[in-house]
Amino acid sequence: MSLEELKFPLELSVKSSTDNLSIIRDFIKNTALSLGYSNAIIGNIILAVDEACTNIIKHAYKYSPSGDIQIELNRIANKFIITILDNGIEFDPNLIPEPDIKEYYKQRRIGGLGMYLMKKMMDEVVYSKYKNKNQVKMVKYLP
Amino acid sequence: MADFNVNLRGVGSVSVIDVKGYLDAHTAPELENMFSKLITDKQFKVVVNFDQLNYISSAGLGVFMAFVEQMRDNQGDIKFSNMNDSVYNIFDLLGFPVLYEFYKDEKEAVNKFSNLS
Repeated sequence: MSLEELKFPLELSVKSSTDNLSIIRDFIKNTALSLGYSNAIIGNIILAVDEACTNIIKHAYKYSPSGDIQIELNRIANKFIITILDNGIEFDPNLIPEPDIKEYYKQRRIGGLGMYLMKKMMDEVVYSKYKNKNQVKMVKYLP
Repeated sequence: MADFNVNLRGVGSVSVIDVKGYLDAHTAPELENMFSKLITDKQFKVVVNFDQLNYISSAGLGVFMAFVEQMRDNQGDIKFSNMNDSVYNIFDLLGFPVLYEFYKDEKEAVNKFSNLS
């Protein structure tokens, strides 16, 4: 897929099953490839989107596979913008502390690492509400 | 569907788990089941060989966090070997090298157990 063939915005809608994570990753990979990112950066973007969608499946939909996840990809100015929407339980990112692996170990805590990875991998991560839906918008600056 | 495989081998008294493909929230339960089985069988010395793992998300990392203490409480451990740079970077970013041992090759990791006993 060359850049000329891509008509933004690109959209993907899937149900909230972990089975669909690989479909989501392929969708992101193909688009990011055509935008000219290095393989390392493409890996980072894929991971950030995987983590965001895993959080939606786990926390917003509590592993119910019948929820909707909508992903919209846009290219505006120097930004690759990934917007993910869901209708599940609202999520307050301010309640998630920065992880400390030693504390996690002591408390036998599992998870909570996804949000940290999203912020590390992307240039911008913003949670908000959009038309009664939960929205997470992630930005990676174009190469 | 994500392509993932987990395989168990015995090397002396050490259990070596080969992970292959994509380890995400969908496939992590397969690895969890493997660790649960090792605990049932009282096999606490574990090396995970990442040679053929292409991808890991935090759901995969969570599995190692969930089981490592039980292994250590029973004079065992979970050690890692043969990890490619992109997978290692994720572990590194989350501070795993402070709490886990990483080795270039499997033999080195396996030998670490025999040095202790």
